[in-house]
Amino acid sequence: MFPRLVYESFRRQTRRKLLAGIAITLGVAVATAMIAVATDIGDKINRELRSYGANLVITPQEDTLDVEIGGINLKPPSDGAFLNEADLPRIRGTFWHHNIVGFSPMLPVTVKVAGDADQVTMLGTYFEKRLIFGNDNFTTGVRATHPWWKVEGNCEAANNSRPAGSNARSTCGWPTDDSQNVLLGERLAARLGKHSGDVIEVGGHELTVSGILSTGSVEDDQIVAPLALAQQILGRPGAVRHVYVSALTKPPDALSARDPKTMSPEVYDRWYCSPYVESIAYQLQEAIPHSHVEQIRQVAQNEGTVLSRIEGLMLLVTLAALFASALAVSAATATTIFERRVEVGLMKALGAGNLTVAAIFFAEATLLALIGGVLGFTAGSLLAHQIGRSIFSSQISIQPVLFPIILAIAVLVTFAGSAAAIRRAVKFDPVFALRGEA
Amino acid sequence: MFVRMLVRAAMLRRGRAAAALFAMIVAAAVATATMNLYVDVQAKLRTEFRNYGANVVVVARDIAQPDAAHNDDGSAETQSLPADTVGTIESVLGTKTLAVPFAYAVARTSNGQSVVAVGTDFGRARQLNHWWSVTRWPDSAANSGQALIGMRAAAVVTPSRQTFDLMFQGKTIHVTPAGLLQTGAGEDSRIYLDQSEFRNWTGIGPTTIEVAVNGSPAEIDQGMTRLADALPGADVRPVRQIQEGEANVLNKTRATLYAAATLVVLTSALCVLATLIGWVFDRRRDFAIMKALGASEGLISTFFAAEAAALGVAGAVLGFLVGIGVAAWIGRVNFHAPVVPRFEIFPYVLAGGVAVALISAILPIGLLRRVQPAIILRGE
Repeated sequence: MFPRLVYESFRRQTRRKLLAGIAITLGVAVATAMIAVATDIGDKINRELRSYGANLVITPQEDTLDVEIGGINLKPPSDGAFLNEADLPRIRGTFWHHNIVGFSPMLPVTVKVAGDADQVTMLGTYFEKRLIFGNDNFTTGVRATHPWWKVEGNCEAANNSRPAGSNARSTCGWPTDDSQNVLLGERLAARLGKHSGDVIEVGGHELTVSGILSTGSVEDDQIVAPLALAQQILGRPGAVRHVYVSALTKPPDALSARDPKTMSPEVYDRWYCSPYVESIAYQLQEAIPHSHVEQIRQVAQNEGTVLSRIEGLMLLVTLAALFASALAVSAATATTIFERRVEVGLMKALGAGNLTVAAIFFAEATLLALIGGVLGFTAGSLLAHQIGRSIFSSQISIQPVLFPIILAIAVLVTFAGSAAAIRRAVKFDPVFALRGEA
Repeated sequence: MFVRMLVRAAMLRRGRAAAALFAMIVAAAVATATMNLYVDVQAKLRTEFRNYGANVVVVARDIAQPDAAHNDDGSAETQSLPADTVGTIESVLGTKTLAVPFAYAVARTSNGQSVVAVGTDFGRARQLNHWWSVTRWPDSAANSGQALIGMRAAAVVTPSRQTFDLMFQGKTIHVTPAGLLQTGAGEDSRIYLDQSEFRNWTGIGPTTIEVAVNGSPAEIDQGMTRLADALPGADVRPVRQIQEGEANVLNKTRATLYAAATLVVLTSALCVLATLIGWVFDRRRDFAIMKALGASEGLISTFFAAEAAALGVAGAVLGFLVGIGVAAWIGRVNFHAPVVPRFEIFPYVLAGGVAVALISAILPIGLLRRVQPAIILRGE
């Protein structure tokens, strides 16, 4: 009898049930989408913050002082210690290697361009270098760590030298890492009167300018060359002065600031296995022999604040969205119940107890919430997916554990919304209801 | 009579009217709070982004090609910027702009080690470069000989943190380390002195001024153009790393917030719609009685519409006030700064509230109109 009552109620009052169902579906969809976006936003913004560039720098342990003004190094080029290029792929062997977005070795060499009186700095680096560590095949270089570098150059030359479609991004003007092509900083290019495609002579090497580089920083006055070429000109194969590393990190907290030497083993493990900028620096130092790793405070210190602000903001907006959708759902359900006082009166007149009447309504509400919840969860997942695609051009992952939680919330909210209305409907004197004086 | 009907209707069914009003207030509040945040958060986040430091640099025109490398003692004989450049920059861009002068020279220690010495304004540098980790800032009193020593410079120049001498073109200065500076970048290899002291010692004035310009990308571009006009002897350059990083993160955040705000506003509208439709449906007996007593359909529609509009206005005004409060609270909690109430969004909230209320009144009336009053009054 009980299931039949519920079934008949759904069959005969399709329009009302549909209205409440739509409200629940929409509310759940909004809630799902917002929760999915809010839980994933930290990761997404963290990746966007990498557009500020490297947050860690690896230098040789016994480095001498840099004597450098405005990008011009006044130190004799052979001075100081170097890192070994062959050690660099080990960066991919550290515990948090999935968090390392990229790294770029740097080797500044002071050179003279034939036909120009002044000395300029030639910076050897990786552009988009393919490296292998164990079974791990990856590419890294300034295109990952210095995304604000803009290159204007000849598209034809660049496209011919690399397999078609290897990268979606424009590769116009970027030299390949094994070529004799270089980038010329825009102010240096203006001073030398060179354009992309021209040839410059540096230390007896004929180098083709594949593109003009604009960075808004000291590199505008420099020549940027493949690392191997800079090493060849310096006469020190395998030498690297420092390495910039761009890593996804966790905002600092009380644990991150502590000195690992003073930690107990358990705390140390927890610290080591959290992607703090400090612990990643520690692991890099372990991986690269004779190195010293320092966080670039300008980038590393600020991203935590920005990240937590944006996360906090999204959390609060999500709460607002949840609140609004909960209210919408309960309002819709309350309305449908309120309209059915006559029915309640009839049931009570026929001898139904308060409990039975309430049970029927609650059963209906649960059924509605479940159907609406499933539909809403699906719609919300699609919505979150769409938001991720259009804003961050990447997937927003939806944790499967969210599904039962969302369903439970939907049932709870529907219950809460119905409760007051059901109580009033049940309390109503059947006589008034049947006389039509409701 | 009309007004009395309106008031009586609200008074007699206080519970239902209050429920509808409550829904309206909550919806308007939530919508106001999210819209207010959406408008204000960009300014808030921009302030956060200014912690990344300067986004524009002003450089004396010759520094791009210093003759430093030719000089034996490495002195950079570049043209300094005019003495009042910082003042000019701040008068062009307004007082909220922060400009920090830097002057550079290569000095030698008594044992012949070359090191870059920098003259700057400590008070301003401290405000601009929040990420500088400094053990102790030098006293602001000039000519105290106090300096900030970069971490790596300290290890070479004064491992025991003692007073040491620096020489530049035959002139010597006694430097007292006040504190250590750590940034993880080039600053670690330098020694920072007060600018007037630095000028007395080397005769070199500021060659680089780092400027933090507040505002949207368009405002920053505009500011740079005005700066370039005001400072003909200098290059005004954007710090692309900072500007592009900021634009990127800010755009993504804004887009997400926009999507969220749209969803929230739509859901609140839905909530109001559901409640009000129920409320009007509930009163079909009033509708029938009025009709039976000879009221025209137009009058009844006007009556219900006026009722809904009054509810919409009341809900929107109260909701707007609550929403402003919520936005201010979020600002305090999340950004530790109040969110400025944006009264320009009030017309939108009001119009939205009234529109939703009218729609939810007119929809059920359209349905009720087709029904004979007798049927409703008979309770069918």
